[in-house]
Amino acid sequence: MTNVKSTSVEVRLPSRLGYEKVAMSTAAAVAKLMGFKPERVEDLKTAVAEACINAIEHGNLLNEGLSVGVVLSSVDDALEVKVIDDGKGLRKLPVKPDIDRKIHGEEDPRGMGMFLIQALVDEAEWVKGTNGKSSYVRLVIRLDKETD
Amino acid sequence: MQTDTKARIDQVTSPAGHPVTVLRFEGDIASTSKDAVLGTYQGLPKETAKLVLLDFTKVDYINSSGIALVIQMLIEAANSGQKVFAFGLSPHFTKVFTMVGITKYAGLFPSQPEALAAL
Repeated sequence: MTNVKSTSVEVRLPSRLGYEKVAMSTAAAVAKLMGFKPERVEDLKTAVAEACINAIEHGNLLNEGLSVGVVLSSVDDALEVKVIDDGKGLRKLPVKPDIDRKIHGEEDPRGMGMFLIQALVDEAEWVKGTNGKSSYVRLVIRLDKETD
Repeated sequence: MQTDTKARIDQVTSPAGHPVTVLRFEGDIASTSKDAVLGTYQGLPKETAKLVLLDFTKVDYINSSGIALVIQMLIEAANSGQKVFAFGLSPHFTKVFTMVGITKYAGLFPSQPEALAAL
């Protein structure tokens, strides 16, 4: 079970907060099968959870009639995760959060999710869907990434 | 799907003799945790609870909404002249708290004895 190559796993989540944990657990299981180190599995779990929360809240606007698709594709030394929603996609990437500005009330205390995604995986890109829907975030985490 | 957040308050004394209020959390820290995290903190007497220690030992999942609640607590603590410290975070969430800059405003320690020894 340790030699998983070119495998694809798909999960479909209701647009309800909390269900990001289903995607998180599935991603962790796939990453463990691929042989990722425990600390990288934890990085992936947080990145996938945050991507799903964004899809549920901002993409599908908490509409439980819409679902969030999560596609995990493993190829050799990398795991790619696509999190797909029915939103129009990002207009622009948010600025990097600044803890000093947050503490002094000059910036919303929220807004850490995308920063965490970018910081925890090797690649992150936000892609606008055609026809104003089926936008997705694509994450890639590599098996041999050196950790700090 | 999210595990309810439970919060408990303990009063302890540091080896240096300072009274310390410990907020012990259990479960997930997410958007649904506002009452447990901020509500419990806001119930503390600001005049006497000057040193606040957050116990994350029994917390498995913290997301960005949960981190925002901790930051809101730190904002209120800074405005009230309180000092906040934390212990019991997993290595991953210690890294995450460091990444977002929380360590600038709340010292992190591996365990309660190590935290208390520093207060």
